[in-house]
Amino acid sequence: MDTTSSEMVKQQLAMNTTSNSSLLQLRDIRKIFARATVDEVTALAGIDLDVYDQDFVTIIGSNGAGKTTLLNIIAGVFPPERGGKILIQGKDITNLSEHKHARYTARVYQDPHIGTAAKMTIEENLSLALLRGQSRGLRGAVSKQRRELFRQNLALLGIGLEDRLSTPVGTLSGGQRQALALVMATISKPAILLLDEHVATLDPKTAETVLQLSDMIVRREKMTAIMVTHNMEIALRYGNRLIMMHRGKIVVDMGEADKKTLTIGDLVTAFERAAGEEFKDDTILLSRRE
Amino acid sequence: MDVGDLFSVALYEGLVYGFVAVGVYLTFRVLAFPDLSVDGSFPLGGAIAAIMIVDGFNPWLATIAAFGAGACAGLGTALLNTKLRINALLAGILMMVGLYSINLMIMGRPNIPLLREVTVFDQVSEWLNGIGVTLSSVHLSIVVMVVLVFAVLAILNWFLRTEIGLALRATGDNEQMVRGLGTSTDMTTILGVSLSNGLVALSGALVAQNQGLTDIGMGIGMIIMGLASVIVGEGLFRPRGVAFTLLAVVGGAFAYRLILGTALRLGMDPNNLKLITALLVIAALSIPYIRKKMRHEWIPPAARW
Repeated sequence: MDTTSSEMVKQQLAMNTTSNSSLLQLRDIRKIFARATVDEVTALAGIDLDVYDQDFVTIIGSNGAGKTTLLNIIAGVFPPERGGKILIQGKDITNLSEHKHARYTARVYQDPHIGTAAKMTIEENLSLALLRGQSRGLRGAVSKQRRELFRQNLALLGIGLEDRLSTPVGTLSGGQRQALALVMATISKPAILLLDEHVATLDPKTAETVLQLSDMIVRREKMTAIMVTHNMEIALRYGNRLIMMHRGKIVVDMGEADKKTLTIGDLVTAFERAAGEEFKDDTILLSRRE
Repeated sequence: MDVGDLFSVALYEGLVYGFVAVGVYLTFRVLAFPDLSVDGSFPLGGAIAAIMIVDGFNPWLATIAAFGAGACAGLGTALLNTKLRINALLAGILMMVGLYSINLMIMGRPNIPLLREVTVFDQVSEWLNGIGVTLSSVHLSIVVMVVLVFAVLAILNWFLRTEIGLALRATGDNEQMVRGLGTSTDMTTILGVSLSNGLVALSGALVAQNQGLTDIGMGIGMIIMGLASVIVGEGLFRPRGVAFTLLAVVGGAFAYRLILGTALRLGMDPNNLKLITALLVIAALSIPYIRKKMRHEWIPPAARW
């Protein structure tokens, strides 16, 4: 049993090197919460996923579909159940702790308060983010050179943060903080950018701005990104690949060609066909924007 | 004792207990880790310094060793919290209680007089005499402490701006973010709590040498005194930025000592000292709440853990 499974991993590794750009590989990812109690929940029921270099995947699904659990597992917040494997750039990172995953993954959270440190200044926040996954030493954290780098990166946002480097982050608005969190997540060029419903708490106009900034940064830096969203319209408009999750499984996986001509109606049909049941999540249908 | 003396004594005390205040500031404010081991690590510093000086070690070496011992105590508390997941308050109390016995073990008796021993203050005095400067004992103490406090504050000011120092500060601000950025918050917590208790023990070692006595009970109420200093310093100076905040905390220790000194001078019974300190901290902590209450603002229920 053991030998066959390790054999399989070797094969996968070999496939990875030959198929040249499978950046993230998830194999048989399962997650069960509150196991063996009355509250037992299967959040993920066997996910197999290959994300290729420079993919921009949008993941959509109703509440409890397992979207955030999947991101948590990729980010290493908790490990998958035994037997599951996470490989990034061919490296098995399944059992590494959260802070070791950070070398490969960067995440923008739904709540801007989680992605930024309020009492510290913009430049201090960026300085912390610049050394993502690297060892921190006794050098001064903010140098002239770094300040220039921060200024350049913030200027691209076009919201004037580059002139406020020594402002405490707590005084910024939610949208500004989320834009900063986005720069913090991307400044160290992580292998995978995880966007976890990162515009869900913003007002529609700010949400739009932050989404466009995300798209711009992902394209410009040629990043690989996974964006979880509750909003079908956003899922359709951004990225080159769309995944729909339902009850801990991937039920729809569409590439760029299919996605271009796709409508929300098509998506609902595709979902119903794949899941074998009627689509009835009002929160998703209602959240479509005209 | 005239007003000048009162001021001088408060200045010396503010400086020497300033280390405790800075230690408490590091845990309570920077790391958001309410560490109560302080009441044990303060006499630990005194105990290590006393026993080493009595055994004939160089007093500076003894003082540095006291810092190291305090750091080890802090390490213990931080390990209880980070590795065994014991609540921070409880971890500190456990360490404090355990240290009482450890301190007695180190000292072998409840107190060690140092009046006939050569302390760091005696050494500096001798050196100053050599270059023709003679100071009264309280002025000598002030000179020694000013140099030590500014040296330590300069190092801390530098350290808290380094890459590690920044991660340490961010741990108290947003622990989840620090982990998300690839730094172990266990590591930063261990580092910060160790450093804090090292400073507290350093204070204990210097106080013992200055007063010529290490006593097993010298740490009682130290945590509250440190907290009072931090609160007074923040309230008086409203500091912004690392360097200014560190100075404000030591300034707070001085102001607090000045208040106590004045109260004693006006005839307050010294036995009431701790009660006054406790009342001061209660007032400082509850006034913001009462103010909000009067403005009919909503305030979340008190945290128990």
